Amino acid sequence: MYELYNFLTGPAVWISFLVFFGGLLFRIAYLAGLSRERDRVFYNHMSASSGFRSILHWLIPLGSVSLRSQPVFSVMFFCFHVLLFAVPLFLQAHNTLWHEAFGVSLWSMPDHFADNLTIAFMATGVFLFARRLVRPEVRILTSVWDYTLLILTVLPFLTGFLAYRQIGPYPIMLILHVLFGELLLVIVPFSKLGHVLLFFFSRAFIGFEMGERRGARTW
Amino acid sequence: MCRGETADMSEVLEKPINTNKIKEILEANDGARIRTWLSICSRCGLCAESCFFYLARDKDPKLSPAYKVKHTLGEMYRRKGNVDREFLSKCYDILWGECTTCKRCSLFCPFGIDIATMIATARAVCHSQGIVPVGLTRTSDNYRLTGNQMGMSSEDFIDTCSWMAEESSEEVAGVNIPIDKKGARIMYTVNPREPMYYPQDIAMAAKIFTVAEEDWTMPSTGWDCTNLAMFAGDRALAGHIVKLMYDKAVELGVEKIVMTECGHAYRSGVFEGPYFAGYRNGRPPVEIVHSVRLFYEYLRDGRIKIDPDKMIEEPVTYQDPCNVSRNGGLWEEGRRIVSYLVKDFRDMAPNREYNHCCGGGGGFIPMGPEFKKRRMISGKVKAEQIRATGAKIVITPCHNCFDQVRDLSKEYDLGVKVLSFKDIICESMIIPEKFQPVETDEDEE
Repeated sequence: MYELYNFLTGPAVWISFLVFFGGLLFRIAYLAGLSRERDRVFYNHMSASSGFRSILHWLIPLGSVSLRSQPVFSVMFFCFHVLLFAVPLFLQAHNTLWHEAFGVSLWSMPDHFADNLTIAFMATGVFLFARRLVRPEVRILTSVWDYTLLILTVLPFLTGFLAYRQIGPYPIMLILHVLFGELLLVIVPFSKLGHVLLFFFSRAFIGFEMGERRGARTW
Repeated sequence: MCRGETADMSEVLEKPINTNKIKEILEANDGARIRTWLSICSRCGLCAESCFFYLARDKDPKLSPAYKVKHTLGEMYRRKGNVDREFLSKCYDILWGECTTCKRCSLFCPFGIDIATMIATARAVCHSQGIVPVGLTRTSDNYRLTGNQMGMSSEDFIDTCSWMAEESSEEVAGVNIPIDKKGARIMYTVNPREPMYYPQDIAMAAKIFTVAEEDWTMPSTGWDCTNLAMFAGDRALAGHIVKLMYDKAVELGVEKIVMTECGHAYRSGVFEGPYFAGYRNGRPPVEIVHSVRLFYEYLRDGRIKIDPDKMIEEPVTYQDPCNVSRNGGLWEEGRRIVSYLVKDFRDMAPNREYNHCCGGGGGFIPMGPEFKKRRMISGKVKAEQIRATGAKIVITPCHNCFDQVRDLSKEYDLGVKVLSFKDIICESMIIPEKFQPVETDEDEE
């Protein structure tokens, strides 16, 4: 058990971060290569301001007509994404590990605060899951893999939460927590979760196409 | 359904699918955009509410844009092009019967996925196998042989123009329709239904240009600005069609190409045509201006003046053609023209770039009777929008919107009259002294 834990918090961390960043970089580089000839339209009408506005309006909560049309979903969806990044990045335990490994760390929040935010994150996750089941236009599009990915995104938080609260066998929870976290990192570049970076490219493109070429608002 | 199935079965036996051709098209389009769009769609469903087909048919989830792409182009890529005729027949229904490529959904998608472009790509795949509405390919030979969709000869076209010039001089003195005038400032291009069925549209344009003292010409070839091949998914022909117009403008050395009040012509000429015709920079070789822009400039600059007594008193609304407004960027110009012509203007909601397609776009009107019933059903959203304004007149600078709104008015008992800008400008502009015909006829109401 101890060896497994050591492996997961040692070499496996390196591997998963390498796959995460390397995979994303590879995907972007590959698409950039493809785009040279087949996506001339992307390069022909580039404009920093149109691209930027097209991105910015969708990073702001309720910043677009579309998001305002479903405000409850939009707020949940926004919180889900913010917490997905904020909780792991500013968690004290994670920062302690980084400090031990690299001698650097970020600001971290008090544990009880992180604990509450984790509950909030899981609540948004449950909401998004339920929405997929409840709304017919979403349910019809959703595949088993879409549900799986959502569960895989929430699992590191759930296991981390259980471990912190010492619910269930602590060592196993901790191992599962690290394992699911790493699994998620590895999956991101090769799934629709690649939108973590590709979002910026596809939004920029529609900004060029509808904003720059036509003057339309893309939000 | 049954009719379709039996027809398909016999076709399957007669005409096998050329999967190599399909693979070729899929491969050529397998760039960064389509790959990204198909792989990152997170199935959030936000696009559904943006689509008038979805809204008009009781929110049938199968009409959400994401669903339509997933089950057409998405499936073609998933199967790597190994599809059968039965599958393509289902695609036919979706691609032409459930989408007008109005691009509204791309403004409502968090990733800005350009669904219309993917629908158009899937149309190209179907077209390559001959699966395409007859209404959109019936004109292909005409385009190839005569350069215009109605197969009109240059002689007939020129005759119509001189006939119209003659007729118009009874109202505006000195109307002349110059043909192939080199170095003119603008080359005016039209929808062939104008010379064929509504020649007065050409007469009206001629009167406006005369009063505005425009330096203009009509070309003897390349005068058809429409592009039904674009909607049919026939990209090679679509490129050929725009090239005829571009080349003529270059040959005549004109400053600008001006297009009649037609929506898809503008989309074709300015935005998609350059790519079909293989211009690597994606820009037409000559600047293209839509009538809406030109008329707005005439009014703004006082080249055309409107008689205040002839401004329309009845309530009026403006139908933003998708390809003039959202896809053409001219929604403000349209409204400014309206403000010169109309006293009681009532905008629809939503409007401008967020307007709903009338249901006649994307090829629907030329697709004819086979699609008429769906066109009327999906037009419900537009009909309700119009009704809510209480308008008696709908102005729209697009031939397809024009026909669709007129049909909707009958179908939904809206009691509205549909007019183009030309109609109203000609009725209400002040004819300066020097253009007053010598023997004046009394104008009736």
